[in-house]
Amino acid sequence: MSEARSEQRGLRVRGLRVSTSAGVPVVDGVDLSVPGGTVLGLVGESGSGKTTVGTALLGGTRRGLEIVGGSVLLEGTDLVTLSETELRSWRGSRVTYVPQDPTTALDPAMRVGNQVREVLDCHDYGSGPHDRARRVSEAFEEVGLPTDDAFTRRYPHQLSGGQQQRVCIAVAFATWPALVVLDEPTTGLDVTTQALVLDTVRRLTRQHGCAALYISHDLAVVSAISDEVAVLYAGSVVEQAATDELVRRPRHPYTSRLVAAVPDLSGDRELKGIPGGAPSPSTRPSGCRFAPRCELVVPECTTELPELRLVADGHHARCIRSADVTPAHVRERRRIDEIDSAPLLSIHGLTARYGRTPVLHGLSLDVPRGTCVALLGESGSGKTTLARTIAGLHTDAEGELHFGGNRLPFGAHQRDRETRASIAYIFQNPYSSLNPRRTVGDSIGRPLRVLRGVRGAELERRVGDMLERVYLSAAYAQRYPDQLSGGERQRVAVARALISEPTLLVCDEITSALDVSVQANLVGLIEEFRQDLGLTLLFVTHDIALVRNVAQQVAVLQEGAIVEDASTEQLFHHPSHDYTKELLKTTPRLVS
Amino acid sequence: MSVAEPGPIGNAIERVSGGQAAPGLLRRSLAVGRTRAGLMITVLVVAVAVVGPFVAPASETGFVGVPYTPDAAGTVFGTDYLGRDVWSRFLYGGVSVLALSGLCTVIGVGVGLLVALLAGYSRTWVDELLMRTTDVLLAFPAIVLALLFLAVFEPQPATVVATVAAGHAPRVARVMRAAVLDVAGRDYVRAAESMGLRRWPIRLGDLLPNVTGPLMVETGLRLTYSVALVAGLGFLGLSGLEADQADWGLMINENRLGFTVQPWAVLLPVIAIGLLTVGTNLVADGIARAAAGTDREVGG
Repeated sequence: MSEARSEQRGLRVRGLRVSTSAGVPVVDGVDLSVPGGTVLGLVGESGSGKTTVGTALLGGTRRGLEIVGGSVLLEGTDLVTLSETELRSWRGSRVTYVPQDPTTALDPAMRVGNQVREVLDCHDYGSGPHDRARRVSEAFEEVGLPTDDAFTRRYPHQLSGGQQQRVCIAVAFATWPALVVLDEPTTGLDVTTQALVLDTVRRLTRQHGCAALYISHDLAVVSAISDEVAVLYAGSVVEQAATDELVRRPRHPYTSRLVAAVPDLSGDRELKGIPGGAPSPSTRPSGCRFAPRCELVVPECTTELPELRLVADGHHARCIRSADVTPAHVRERRRIDEIDSAPLLSIHGLTARYGRTPVLHGLSLDVPRGTCVALLGESGSGKTTLARTIAGLHTDAEGELHFGGNRLPFGAHQRDRETRASIAYIFQNPYSSLNPRRTVGDSIGRPLRVLRGVRGAELERRVGDMLERVYLSAAYAQRYPDQLSGGERQRVAVARALISEPTLLVCDEITSALDVSVQANLVGLIEEFRQDLGLTLLFVTHDIALVRNVAQQVAVLQEGAIVEDASTEQLFHHPSHDYTKELLKTTPRLVS
Repeated sequence: MSVAEPGPIGNAIERVSGGQAAPGLLRRSLAVGRTRAGLMITVLVVAVAVVGPFVAPASETGFVGVPYTPDAAGTVFGTDYLGRDVWSRFLYGGVSVLALSGLCTVIGVGVGLLVALLAGYSRTWVDELLMRTTDVLLAFPAIVLALLFLAVFEPQPATVVATVAAGHAPRVARVMRAAVLDVAGRDYVRAAESMGLRRWPIRLGDLLPNVTGPLMVETGLRLTYSVALVAGLGFLGLSGLEADQADWGLMINENRLGFTVQPWAVLLPVIAIGLLTVGTNLVADGIARAAAGTDREVGG
């Protein structure tokens, strides 16, 4: 707690390497230093090795991996050299971990107070039972939870997601650790809860003087909490600098592109994805790992892996052309579309329910032709139910839907063929929206076969064309979904939705399962289709920053009712409802 | 640092970049040791039953010597309780067991699957009605149900098949309904619904292809039970065959009294039935393991 204590504390990682048992390096030479009392954000997309680094700091690896080199220095001890028994006494006391999903991390059959107490008992904390009991209530107080028996005697399922995560944080900080590793601890939480959790972590890190490593895929979240940020790409750190410096003046091309791909609440620049995909551990190129996707690539880049070197005060980058990297924050004002067209879809007094539980309460909304209307809401707000009702997948509803001036029946079966072809739906999870037993071509062609009766060579040709339009080659038609990456699958889902030439496209959280760079590509693709084909979009999302970058109009949904419906400009500059104001206030921004 | 040995990650990449082949459950099952062993045993027993009648040294019904003589002249395994050639009767007696249990399996699994597809993807009272009916049927042990049927109806091969299949159907329906229900909740089924496809095209085009894993496991398991049940009914003389027709189950019953004098007449069919049961069970187990992804290391 004292200043002196925080001076000695801190983490130094040198040349950390983790390989598969077959010798394929997954994490390849990671250097990190985290002074006591500060938070280092570790950002990386899926497959970059960030979770592997996180677990390696606790001296462990997933099955099939092993730490093959480097050192993890904490309080003068190298954790890599410790035996399993010594590690066990370190873990949970000196080095602690906050997992992504508190619902599976907490024991459902144990009272939450006892879960904090357990870790103290396990490591013989303090001078006795009384000391430990006091520390338990202190730990609850530190994370802003009630300390009375009524609360600590609850079971995890009696707590909200945010409270559960704060219990996990209380467990992690209970033993005054030297290092806390947090692996995406706010991914499952709503933004308002996320802000609370981030605040708690930052405050406790300062208060305890410990080092914290905050792992996330979300640069905006990381920049909100971290003092410094390290960017991980294909198993090695490509850049590390103070948060503000890194975001404003990136010195590695990947960082710069990553910043450009993050939807930002502060500005309405255009989202830019990164072409190509990150290499998997065994296909990493020699030389700079980012070279194949880099705009600044020169022949020297591909011959040797550049060193992580000091490029400015406290700023390290692994790039030989770091001086030429341009900041991503070139503001490009987007074309503001005038909204004055007649509504293509209008919803009037819609009430939907599951059995006896009402989910939507007399909701009304107009979707103007040719625009993108965002439907913004947290989990449980009823946004997916609304999207499904429009798509004819939820029929337990009352009220009126009008599509192109005609009354729209609720069930897809009751709609005529033309209407079914005109309303397309893209699902949230590309891993469950494609039938694993059908080839990609078969899945894409199905709406054409079913709705337009197209068959044979004509069908094949149009599937091939559609694949090209979503930037996949026609050869993908023969593949099966499990041979595709998440981003590729979602593009196949887009192709399937658009092949019947719909006029209304309902997108249900279509990017939430994807990395930001992939998300930016997909959003760009959808926007391209909107402009080329005059598509009308209903874009369902929980991400207010993304809304600013894709939509012309926003409807904010809370507990089954629309609390605010305005043009994007108006909503961001003059929010009227308290809930919208709260969202705007608590959503992390890339640049403060 | 050699990349020669593909680790788990290497394998995943190989599948992504290299293959056009669908991820075949059968192929993966074959990589599991027990499937291969089971298949070998099963093929061996089936071969004996199918080829047997053509290579049998004596006829199925002819008398070749004194009853219960283990070392009767001109025989391999001696004579049975009527003085017929044990080895020849054994070679003739497998077809009925195999054919009947095969039919029972196909019909039982077929009916069960149909019920499962109907119930698991109806979301109406039809589901309740079908599943509560299967619950009632499940209350009777298969053998009791079979005996009841055979007591009421004339024991003939067709009746045997019908009763054994009727015992399988509700069990298959239970398991497969759970599998169908799981798949019915996936988004690709919703995608098909939003195209306005009717229920049967969705059942056949989306649900059925995605429950083939559990279906194969269930089929293997039911085949094992069929063999045991059909042989058991044969032992009780309820298989409805001609009086002097050879049948492994019947052979055991006919010759059990002379077991101490002429063990071969009982042992041969017992070993064959035992091997067949173990073989089909191993195959079913292997498929189940491949489907569940256990033994992936062995498989890879």
